[in-house]
Amino acid sequence: MTLALHGVGYRYAGASTESITGVSLEMRDGEVVGLGGASEAGKSTMCLVLSGLAPRAIKGVLSGTLLVDGEDVTAWPMHRMAEVVGTIFQDPTTQLSGVCATVFEEVCFGSMNLGLARDKVIDRTYAALDAMGIGELAARDPSRLSGGQMQLVAIAGLLAMRPRHLVLDEPTAQLDPAGTVLVADALAHLAAEGASILIAEQKTDMLARICSRVLILESGRIVLDGAAEDVLADARLDALGVPAPSAVRLRRALDAAGLATDLPADLVA
Amino acid sequence: MTTVVLEDLVHTYAEGSVRAVDGVDLRIGSGERVALVGQNGSGKSTLARHLNGLLRPTDGRVLLDGVDARTRTVAQLARAVAVCFQDTDRQIFAGSVGKEVAFGPRNLGMPADVQRAAVTEALDAVGLAAETSTNPYDLGYSRRKLLTIASVLAMRTPVVVLDEPTTGQDARGMDRVATIVARLAADGRTVIAISHDMRFVAEHFERVIVMRAGKVVLDGPPVAVFGSAAWDTLASTYLEAPYPARVGQRMSLGSTPTDVAVVAALGARVHPGRSRPDA
Repeated sequence: MTLALHGVGYRYAGASTESITGVSLEMRDGEVVGLGGASEAGKSTMCLVLSGLAPRAIKGVLSGTLLVDGEDVTAWPMHRMAEVVGTIFQDPTTQLSGVCATVFEEVCFGSMNLGLARDKVIDRTYAALDAMGIGELAARDPSRLSGGQMQLVAIAGLLAMRPRHLVLDEPTAQLDPAGTVLVADALAHLAAEGASILIAEQKTDMLARICSRVLILESGRIVLDGAAEDVLADARLDALGVPAPSAVRLRRALDAAGLATDLPADLVA
Repeated sequence: MTTVVLEDLVHTYAEGSVRAVDGVDLRIGSGERVALVGQNGSGKSTLARHLNGLLRPTDGRVLLDGVDARTRTVAQLARAVAVCFQDTDRQIFAGSVGKEVAFGPRNLGMPADVQRAAVTEALDAVGLAAETSTNPYDLGYSRRKLLTIASVLAMRTPVVVLDEPTTGQDARGMDRVATIVARLAADGRTVIAISHDMRFVAEHFERVIVMRAGKVVLDGPPVAVFGSAAWDTLASTYLEAPYPARVGQRMSLGSTPTDVAVVAALGARVHPGRSRPDA
């Protein structure tokens, strides 16, 4: 049990109702869990709660319990949460420090703040730049990059911190397909080393590619939870506002036309 | 209606730095649905910002209906081309959804009744008609994105540029954006959309322009740009044809950029006598 929610609800300050409610979830070591659902179903709120930012930085009322590695983290300060649970949000411009002159410094920023030795920070920074395929951007000004490049820089900074657990809110929203694949590969690598990862994502092709388990939220509650291939082929996805993955959609289109032809099983959407 | 022509367009952000746009020649006719695709940093957004004068060419020209954009102010260009940015929060500034969408029409000097109609129509198109008095920042990211699209629609310009309009959209949001693109084109307005979603591009655009390192490397209908003959070029800018195109190639169906095309090609193979269904 790595990240766990027991009967968790979250009501933002000033709101009259909870944005997520009665959510229970136990993640396992090395598990990549996808989180889907229509806009405003509660995906981002789940990410804020799991990362500890709600209620520590984003004010509101948390009910239920968040456990990290079996420990109730209610009393943990934000910096302690941040060391254990790394987070990325969909908008990279709010994620970058804004104080670093180069991409290299930006990617160092988080792990420097962990108080690591200089050599270690530098090694990790090179490794993270390499994993995101942005080595050639190292000397560039982060504020002058394209949206997708900024997103890769933000993710590289997170990877360099080597958090035990990761919570990612649409980390590839502005990425080109190649960037998306790099992120998917980096996440798979981290999971293989035992990190548990929760990734909120509208791109169900991405979830199909990297997740072993998928949860679907509707109006703040988990309504589907199971093996990725089962949940992503569930006929209820449309009604829940979740686009079916490409392979599922094509299969359905063929079935509707009465064509029983098998599709190549090894093609990744 | 407005024809957009780029003549050998070059843009460098600082002297001696990389050419973000490096010699692009394009002609886009009115009512065309054009998707601009390419790797992050390939120059798509830089190119788009030239269309409404937010950026001026370092070299070359932008012509709108034959008139050099350089001779027009940003305010004048705003009547012809409206651009919706990738980063919503750099665009939104008003205290309510209604005021945000009304800003453009008011600045263009539309009469009050036309303004109201333009705002209502735009909010209806994005499904935010019930939110006119809501603070934009009380909307989630995906609805803020739709709000920025509404602001651009309300300006009723002949050319609409959408920078990654489907980012963060759920299934319903994707459908809304697709409907908006189709309606704009049906009204004879030009839609130029930047997107990383090859499925969306293949299904809803008639022309796909692929950029790499500031240059146009492919330009044609989805059936050509996503056909296997173009795959090496796509791969050189780290793009991949959408899933149905790859399925079609594997199954020797020819170029099938959409599900509809796969169904039609397989149907024709299984029932050779029957005519192909409408694509």
